[in-house]
Amino acid sequence: MGLHVFGLNAYQSVIRGGHVWFQARTSSERPYSQGDGADLLYCLNRETFDVHAPALRPGATVIYDPERLKIADSELPVGTRALSLPTMELARKYTTQPILQNAVGLGAAAFISGIPLDVLHGVLTDSFGKKAGDILQWNLRASSDGYEYARQHASISDRAVHRAGPPKLLMTGNQAIALGAAAAGCKFLAQYPMTPATSIMHWLAAHAQELGIVVKQAEDELAAIHMAIGASYGGVRAMTATSGGGFSLMVEALGMAGMTEVPLVVVESQRAGPSTGLPTKTEQGDLNLMLGAGQGDFPRAILAPSNPAEAYRATIDAFRLAEDWQIPVLLASDLHLSESTATVDREEVPTDVPIASLVTVPLGTADYHRYAYTESGVSPRALPGQPGLQYVTGSDEHDTKGHLISDVRAGIPVWIAERTHMMDKRMRKLAGIAAASRPPVFEGPADAALTFVAWGSTIGAIRDAMPLLAAQGRSTNLLHFPTVFPLHAEATRAAIAKTKTTLLVEGNFTGQFGRLLRAETGIHLPNTLLKYDGEPFYPHELVARAREVLTHG
Amino acid sequence: MAETSARPVPSTTGPTLPLIGKSDTKPTWCPGCGDFGVVAAVEMAVKRLQIPSHNVVIVSGIGCSSNLPHFLSSYGFHGIHGRAVPVAEGIHWANHDLTVIVTGGDGDGFGIGIGHLVHAMRRNVNLTYVTMDNQIYGLTTGQASPTSMMGQRTKSTPEGVIENPIDPISIALASGATYVARGFSAEVKHLADLIANGIQHKGFSLIDTMSPCVTYNKLNTFDYFRQRVYKLEAAGHDPTSLPKAFERSIEWGDKIPIGLFYSTSKPTYEDLEEVLQGGPLWTQPAGLKGHEKVLDEFI
Repeated sequence: MGLHVFGLNAYQSVIRGGHVWFQARTSSERPYSQGDGADLLYCLNRETFDVHAPALRPGATVIYDPERLKIADSELPVGTRALSLPTMELARKYTTQPILQNAVGLGAAAFISGIPLDVLHGVLTDSFGKKAGDILQWNLRASSDGYEYARQHASISDRAVHRAGPPKLLMTGNQAIALGAAAAGCKFLAQYPMTPATSIMHWLAAHAQELGIVVKQAEDELAAIHMAIGASYGGVRAMTATSGGGFSLMVEALGMAGMTEVPLVVVESQRAGPSTGLPTKTEQGDLNLMLGAGQGDFPRAILAPSNPAEAYRATIDAFRLAEDWQIPVLLASDLHLSESTATVDREEVPTDVPIASLVTVPLGTADYHRYAYTESGVSPRALPGQPGLQYVTGSDEHDTKGHLISDVRAGIPVWIAERTHMMDKRMRKLAGIAAASRPPVFEGPADAALTFVAWGSTIGAIRDAMPLLAAQGRSTNLLHFPTVFPLHAEATRAAIAKTKTTLLVEGNFTGQFGRLLRAETGIHLPNTLLKYDGEPFYPHELVARAREVLTHG
Repeated sequence: MAETSARPVPSTTGPTLPLIGKSDTKPTWCPGCGDFGVVAAVEMAVKRLQIPSHNVVIVSGIGCSSNLPHFLSSYGFHGIHGRAVPVAEGIHWANHDLTVIVTGGDGDGFGIGIGHLVHAMRRNVNLTYVTMDNQIYGLTTGQASPTSMMGQRTKSTPEGVIENPIDPISIALASGATYVARGFSAEVKHLADLIANGIQHKGFSLIDTMSPCVTYNKLNTFDYFRQRVYKLEAAGHDPTSLPKAFERSIEWGDKIPIGLFYSTSKPTYEDLEEVLQGGPLWTQPAGLKGHEKVLDEFI
């Protein structure tokens, strides 16, 4: 129907049982978050009603099967209504398999939401058209039955949707990252399963042969990152992906990528910590870890997209930065971005990404120095297999040829100087990386009374809160950071100088980005909204806190 | 499809391409160290196979022996402790035309890195792993290693080791390595034969090389081994028999077998990885251009 959708998949760390729900928000305007409130609640059990009834808005409809649960009229929130829908009974006309009742429910939900039956039938045909036997026919008929039942016993929502244009793409953040990696020319992914990064591997594994990408499930995250570093050294673009726990294991190797100057992309999809924490819940609590991962100083970049369209672009940026600057690049995602579903316009996922040859050192180069001192800090990188350019790369400190200066040369004056030069060479890259990466972005009216300061998936709920605040006569804007590190200090200072009041919004306990911003710019952002309950931000929370800050300062 | 013309493949053959030799970096090992014999044997083996030096990558971790890549004229990757094997796997999968040799010590391979080793062996990745097993931690100045013998006194075990040593040979046999051998660094020609055959073998080759530490291991010395080693080839051992290989692997005492314990032919990981059937990964086209139909599933 060409509508925009945002879908939040909420689950628990159990395989069977527990309370699982999917929250879908759709509109002709792009929703950037799951939003506040619900206009339709489809309950498969009583717990669903108990947990979610408080979110129902006036005019909302609750759908439930009286064979499964009971809801008394007196329990319904004011202004809401219920549709007692015999899903099991209607489904039994076709099969004893209880799963078909979903089609009945979908039919009823489609009617109430204003989705034409032929649209739903199209989706069901896409999903079940290739199944054997009567499965498609059962689904089509059961959904028609549900639609018809709702037509007779319920009414269309006054917030019903309407056709808005040509179909859009619908994908999760992880799918966007996987696609972006493929578009950037990634040929190798090594990964160890860990929620919420796992589905990056699932998508790439499912398309590995089609796209010619080697996908390796490693024995652990240590192996995953080392395999990716090896593959990159060997001459292909390579990536690994994990969450905080796995990334903690990768820390030593990250430093090796920095020291050996091997390009590497690491996706760090954060979940609520510390330790195993809340494996299926979101947080932005790993920023300090990403900033500090690895002993010693070495250049790195941390990119933080906020939605699938940005994640696609940021993944391509990550490969470009890694390759151009021969550094490890961290793509900071989180469960809310990685696993939520959002619509993307086709133009937002361009596939004509330039892919340069990785062979950059011409054969016949005399007196090749892998780590030659250059103004940018980037030295010519030969690939194994190229005749006459052999060198040894190492995690030890080395000279321009890659020879160790860590053993018999350590502490000798000439090599003390060499060490300093080599550190300077590597660290020089940071200025270039900053110049080559996306600066902070302002969104919204320039003269707003309050500026939200945020990074990553948190931005979505802010984008949804801003029009709500505007409708209440509160003018706000947003300053966000597609590149979290290196932080563009001058641009950040200039941007903050233009603000009246700021509100730092982060999904962690200590305000980790606020601390980075203070360290890099000397600016302290006094007003904060910090959340660490595992749940994503909701627009109403931002509205409430913004109003509070605007009222009380 | 991405432009393959933008991805020139360097010529890997030619009449005058140099073979492997010593690099301009001199080994920093203690005089008399067993590892001198190993680097000589690696050089000898690779030379004999006429593999141009630019098509060889020697990968190591950390430890005295892990400095080996610096002393030869091939490509080298001297990584971090215990992680040589996954780096080598990644290099090989990026370009399986390369001959990838892993070198390192017993602490690196059988202590901190044993998890990777076991998995690489069960994958039968086409790598050749030459360990320099001195049964001690040398670079950290003499602590017990995973292969230190029961009762051995070291700085970390002043009352003697109270753990059973790891047996790399039986672990390799049990893990699925398809070429399993033990060398002795004083027997350089014999070791070079084992390494050359290991490189030629398609699949994972482990050549555990007894390479005495003359500074910190006063128990497992050159003399210790000279008095005990015998060659499996001369003893009529049948290296095609896994049970017989296991039988020999548990021999460690007055007699210590060296030579080839086991060799078998099985598909390698690279044979079974469908994507690599299209040639070395780095020569394959990259990107989504021409694959736009993958976007249809998101509509």
